[in-house]
Amino acid sequence: MAVSADLPRVIHPGLPGVDRVFHGSTRSIAVLVLVIFGSIGAFLGYQAIPTFHRYGLKFLTQHDWQPRLNQIGILSTLIGTIEIALVALIIAFPLALGTALFISEYAPARIKSTLVSLIDLMAAVPSIIYGLWGALLLMPHAKFVSRWLHQTFGFIPIFKVDTDPHAAVWAQSRYTSSAFIAGICVAMMVLPIACAVMRGVFAQAPLGEREAAYALGATRWGMIRSVVLPFGRGGIIGGTMLGLGRALGETIAVLLIISLAFDINFRILQAGSSSISALIADRFGDATTNQLAALLTAGFVLFVMTLLVNTVAAIFISRSRSGAMTEI
Amino acid sequence: MLDIGHAPIILDEPPRNDERSLGNGSYLDAVNVSAWFGSAKVLDRVSLSMPPSVVTALIGPSGCGKSTFLRILNRMHESIPIAKLAGEVRLNGTDIYGPDQRVTDTRKRIGMVFQKPNPFPTMSIAENVMAGLKLTGTKLARSDRADVIERCLTRAGLWKEVKDRLDEPGGALSGGQQQRLCIGRSLAVDPDVLLMDEPCSALDPTSTRRIEETISDLMHDVTIVIVTHNMQQAARVSQQCAFFLAELGTPGVIVEAGKTKQIFEEPADPRTADYVNGRFG
Repeated sequence: MAVSADLPRVIHPGLPGVDRVFHGSTRSIAVLVLVIFGSIGAFLGYQAIPTFHRYGLKFLTQHDWQPRLNQIGILSTLIGTIEIALVALIIAFPLALGTALFISEYAPARIKSTLVSLIDLMAAVPSIIYGLWGALLLMPHAKFVSRWLHQTFGFIPIFKVDTDPHAAVWAQSRYTSSAFIAGICVAMMVLPIACAVMRGVFAQAPLGEREAAYALGATRWGMIRSVVLPFGRGGIIGGTMLGLGRALGETIAVLLIISLAFDINFRILQAGSSSISALIADRFGDATTNQLAALLTAGFVLFVMTLLVNTVAAIFISRSRSGAMTEI
Repeated sequence: MLDIGHAPIILDEPPRNDERSLGNGSYLDAVNVSAWFGSAKVLDRVSLSMPPSVVTALIGPSGCGKSTFLRILNRMHESIPIAKLAGEVRLNGTDIYGPDQRVTDTRKRIGMVFQKPNPFPTMSIAENVMAGLKLTGTKLARSDRADVIERCLTRAGLWKEVKDRLDEPGGALSGGQQQRLCIGRSLAVDPDVLLMDEPCSALDPTSTRRIEETISDLMHDVTIVIVTHNMQQAARVSQQCAFFLAELGTPGVIVEAGKTKQIFEEPADPRTADYVNGRFG
């Protein structure tokens, strides 16, 4: 038979049976995971339709959650969620970066693995434990920090509290149960996640470039600044955002610490805050059908937020090297 | 001046005067250098004088300890946790491992070019050249900056090819250009000695020739020590040569060192003759 015309041929993979079975089964498992994930989103989205139908955009702009008065909105809750997450991030970021740098660059080899498992252990502690720690051990001490911040930086609006900071007998309860204290507690849960991602990328910084810096007479810190940090920039951003995803969704620890309030409260040191997940956990038990639908809608909003944050984080991590452009 | 006591190499030029002139380049002397990785000894009491205006080639089969020796010369050896060493390395008579010597100063004075080109990929070509000055905290006026970049890249034989794209990332250059960028980067801190660890083994013949030309241009200003697996290259670029060998189960030693011409044409040791004529290794 003559060889056919000069056209691209169809190539048959010619895989043996075992390969085909393995290929098929791994692919179906992967698809299953996507289907489960998608169905969670679809379920929440479907449940959210009636609420959005009834309240429209007011669901996002109304701050009060008063089902009896038919006032249902998550604005204050949304603000509280973001406040707690940002406080957690601001505290966790330097801790995670410093810890990751110490473990990957400075720690002697014999204690390195111990430190790594300690940090991993932090991630394994159930959040209810962190909640108890935050409510019973941290809060009685953190209120002094809150008062000091109020006294020192009270001129900045977010550090204001509705009380006299210099009063001899000060209103201690005004400083407890705040977004700030919840944020400290959530930071302990964000830290191990962010640290693990950062440590992973720092360890991958190429030996050739490290040696190049040393051979030019760099100090260790100079080498870190010119090689490790630029190389790890994507991981630093990505790890922090993964931590943010965790912080946004943290429920029980936040619920134990804050006293749920639905005022728009930008004063992070002041008692009373709220977060979406704490709201759902708090109101789920005694919700009527309509309230339940509203709570599911709030859950849908949280789902979309964390999905966005985690997707952006994943993009940053995967582009780790190319995300770092020209700079020393 | 301490008596080194071994002086295996005596060259006709340059004349080695007593005060060891610092005019062009510097004297680098390794004295009884031994090295270990953990408990395995890889170098046994190696001594070698590397005078200025001379390119010294270190040759020998893989695993003979020549790269380890090179890394001992600018204190890169100690960056490996299990690495140990004995002996002295003297730069113009001063032991670089002395208690009052700073490792960062030593590495700045004794630059190194690696086997695999390793420009900083996140920096531009210009920033790569300036990296050493920045890392060692040397402040430069903006106008001097351009001069340093032009001078170093010219000496490294790269200026003409990159002068119009100094702001492009260093990683975008070809392998040979990257290696010359690395040479230029090493020159920016004005080193006394330049160590090269198989600088051409990852490059094509044209790039190799360019690097060899660069070495010939630099040898009068900087003392150059080069490790190479390429016998022709050693013959082309070096004036003196040291043949390293680690026989089965023993640490590496210098079997023979001397003028390149002599090592290649009338080696004293039969093992050297076998190696340079390609009979083993």
